[in-house]
Amino acid sequence: MAHHVFQMPVDEAQARKLRVGDTVTFSGSLFGIRDATQIHMFDRGRKARFDMRGHAVIHTAPNVRKVPLSNECPAGYQPVCVGTTTSDRMERFTHPLMAQYGVRFVIGKGGLREASAAAFREIGGAYLAVIGGTAALETTWIERILDVDLDDLNPESLWHFQVRDFGPLLVAMDSHGGSIYERVRETAAGRRAAALAALGVKA
Amino acid sequence: MSGRLHIDIPAVEEAAKLLYIRALKLLPDDIKRGFGRLDAAETDGTAKTILATMIENIAVAEKTDNLLCQDTGIPIFNVEIGRDVEVDGVELKDAIRRGTARATKEYPLRSSVVHPLTRKNEHTSSGIRVPVINIDFVDRPQTLRIEMIPKGSGSENGSFLKMLIPADGIDGIKTFVIDRVMEAGGKVCPPTIVGVGIGGTSDLCMHLAKVAATRALGSVCEDPEGAKLEALLSNAVNALGIGPQGLGGDGTAFAVHVETAATHITMNPVAINIQCHSARRASATFTPSGVEIGF
Ligand code: SF4
Repeated sequence: MAHHVFQMPVDEAQARKLRVGDTVTFSGSLFGIRDATQIHMFDRGRKARFDMRGHAVIHTAPNVRKVPLSNECPAGYQPVCVGTTTSDRMERFTHPLMAQYGVRFVIGKGGLREASAAAFREIGGAYLAVIGGTAALETTWIERILDVDLDDLNPESLWHFQVRDFGPLLVAMDSHGGSIYERVRETAAGRRAAALAALGVKA
Repeated sequence: MSGRLHIDIPAVEEAAKLLYIRALKLLPDDIKRGFGRLDAAETDGTAKTILATMIENIAVAEKTDNLLCQDTGIPIFNVEIGRDVEVDGVELKDAIRRGTARATKEYPLRSSVVHPLTRKNEHTSSGIRVPVINIDFVDRPQTLRIEMIPKGSGSENGSFLKMLIPADGIDGIKTFVIDRVMEAGGKVCPPTIVGVGIGGTSDLCMHLAKVAATRALGSVCEDPEGAKLEALLSNAVNALGIGPQGLGGDGTAFAVHVETAATHITMNPVAINIQCHSARRASATFTPSGVEIGF
């Protein structure tokens, strides 16, 4: 189980090096994306103006403060609390994000399913688990909000963050078909009968 | 004490604003103790690291005076009105709405609330029938208590209702709980409090599940039959191996809480509402001696 340190962006070979159980910390760009952002990008045909090739997206909609433009806040937004939302709702967007925008890593919580696993395998990418609900900590890894697109969807805009030492994140799905979530689902399914028996439920 | 407690409406507005922000920042002690308990019992290495990070996050939020989690949730206010309290109910509700909007604009908080059809966000954390305001009457002298709960969506999406039938029995209820906890997996940010409503009508059953999910850890169902189930189900869900964040381990739930209500001879409803590890609450208690802020 290796620890990987990346300066974003990464290429396909770097993405394919990751194995389930590894950890990742990275610096540079990170793009924030959420339900409405992707509904507008992929169902309503809006084009995002950022170059996300080789980058990571995070399932988020941050708390921000509107401030005058400055070097600290080049987009006029200061991060207040930036965390992560449940990824599962955005399962069907992983493939187009990777195929159309060249995204390599999806960061979120709670995991993704088969279609995303297939995209990671086919195109070369990974799902990096951040610990949901630990946004106060996550916010300390965010340096600045560099830019924002599709801001009429605020807070579900497309955010361009500058981050430093973002992580450690756990590689929970890799490009080799590995998924911790799948493994845990199998464990739970295997223990279901015993749990019900312990509750006195007749089979 | 004789006399009446008069509730000052601007004080309610201030309290609503303060409680929303406070709830988002400080976890109650019972939840902190719950983390300690799960951490001590955890046998999985990854799970232990995750629990340690969650505990660190609580400290970072306190030190940096920041929100615990980015999800400002759907604001819920539970108002308990005691005896001999004088308050204009309509104004009370308006004051809570104003306090919620002010917290959102003045802090500023992310407004997580949209119209259900247009998906338009008014950036006030409010909308039709939101904040949710529940009002109840209790047998306590000259007291009005407002409890604020910012209910996160990751765990709220882990809500389920099943109109079981009498022939399904208690076995049907137990099976439903196990299967839905498995289905929710890591999506609801475990470790969780699994709230289970049993009985009533469909809407009451669902409401009971929310009451159960948002009750303090260590509290016990007042119905002894419900209390028995709580203990059994708590052990059972933690034997599934789902673990913190659904990444494996022992600590799937801090506890399973049960609330019951009488039901119809032909009915056997069961509902689940889940509270995530960001099990946030804050309260303000108005008495003749002033306003006390707590959990
Ligand atoms: S489920 Fe709870 S802890 Fe997780 S992101 Fe939502 S509010 Fe935060």
